[in-house]
Amino acid sequence: MSVKEYIQNVYNGVTSLLKGMRKTGYYFFHPKEIITQQYPDNRSTLQLAERFRGEVVMPHDASNEHACTGCTACELACPNGTIKIITRFDTTPEGKKKKALDTFIYHLELCTMCNLCVEACPTDAIKMAQNFEHSVFDRSKLTKKLNQPGSKIREGVE
Amino acid sequence: MFSLEHITNEVQNWLSSNFSSGWVLVWECLIVIVLTTGLFAVLGLVLVLMERKVAAQIQIRLGPNRVGPRGMLQTVADTLKLVMKEGLTPDLADKFLFNLAPFLVMMVAMLLLAPIAFARGFQLWDINIGVLYISAVSSLSVIGILMAGWASNNKYSLLGAMRSGAQIVSYELSAGMAVLSIVVLSGSLQITEIIQSQQNGWWLFKGHIPAVIAFVVFIIAVTAETNRAPFDLAEAESELTAGFHTEYSGMKFALFFLAEYINIFIVCAIGATLFLGGWMPLHIGSWGGFNHLMDYIPSSIWFLGKTFLLIFLIMWFRWTFPRLRVDQLLALEWKYLLPISMLNLLLVTLIAILGWHF
Repeated sequence: MSVKEYIQNVYNGVTSLLKGMRKTGYYFFHPKEIITQQYPDNRSTLQLAERFRGEVVMPHDASNEHACTGCTACELACPNGTIKIITRFDTTPEGKKKKALDTFIYHLELCTMCNLCVEACPTDAIKMAQNFEHSVFDRSKLTKKLNQPGSKIREGVE
Repeated sequence: MFSLEHITNEVQNWLSSNFSSGWVLVWECLIVIVLTTGLFAVLGLVLVLMERKVAAQIQIRLGPNRVGPRGMLQTVADTLKLVMKEGLTPDLADKFLFNLAPFLVMMVAMLLLAPIAFARGFQLWDINIGVLYISAVSSLSVIGILMAGWASNNKYSLLGAMRSGAQIVSYELSAGMAVLSIVVLSGSLQITEIIQSQQNGWWLFKGHIPAVIAFVVFIIAVTAETNRAPFDLAEAESELTAGFHTEYSGMKFALFFLAEYINIFIVCAIGATLFLGGWMPLHIGSWGGFNHLMDYIPSSIWFLGKTFLLIFLIMWFRWTFPRLRVDQLLALEWKYLLPISMLNLLLVTLIAILGWHF
């Protein structure tokens, strides 16, 4: 190691250490940067990140219509069998038989919130909600039916 | 004006007018024991809380905030918990050494407190070899750590203790060199004289760049000597569970924990004494008005302020830098710190001989 390299080493070491200390020092003197949320105390004003994933839901519009075609892409994408789709065959006015969603069964107790089902869905029928307070006294309550009773597929969604 | 020297003189006068000289000594010893123990307890509580709060702020967290107002009583609650816990001794451990080790570490910390000047005229023992005494006694703490590691009959403990030994022995050198450069500048080993020599400015400023380099080397070396991150190989949680104090629990663990923080306080106090003028107020050359204003702040406040500034610096290191590997640790000492501090000592000597410092 030449003398020049040696001095270069010392200089690089000191500057990189100072860079790190500058960052942590900035955080120390700026308490506004603190990201801790005092959860049970601030339930009403809780701020969750947009990408926070709490559970899978199926949005329904005002006329109780959803966008699920019953294609089972989500069921196939799910790595741990959280989703079970039961389909039925509806007869269209023209007399043709058409596959439609009967029941969307979602096992919250098995779900790891990996978001693969939402990415797999071709019609954006399901999405991740922010609700995370899921504790119940009975495990069977965590098996949910996502499509609302009497709902049907929205016109034009194929 | 508030002055600790005044209080100690009052106590001394009152005692000597009421007791014979032998009893005065006994009473003074008792007072010193109570004060030291009290200081240790308070420092332990305050420094642990400070560490946790500083760590939290640096990591964008809140830190302890449930026990007492703003979490102020958290460490009191922790201490209560540790007192309640069972002090377990492993089956095949060397029982005598195992139980002796935490007290040895604590005793070294207590001995180091003796020559430190807390305020003007407020010092336990003003020996003429104060700095030598400090560097001699501080190297004893490695014996306690090695003893704990060896007596635990645990491979993690032994590995941690051995690492700690290698680390303290090697970093002692550059810490000594850094201390020596101030001794060269002030021309004395006595703590009071070193502080007096900084009447017109602290050595950090008076000694030009070599003093700054010595200060940096000193801070790095004492961080390593107190086994703190980024030099906490001796207890490296992720590798050795807790290093030399893996097998300790309850109050014996608390003593190690306390000794760590007391040692931080002591090395920072020494750093403040040598480089930042101890209890000496900030004086700038011939600014009469400014210097006079600074004199109004009690000397104990100056001392504690400087010490806690250095403690904050060391905590800042801990929560910023990642831990070094053993080879990196030794390379840093033998290839970088030691040559640099040797060269630096030469420069300081040159400055002292030629009288270039202010």
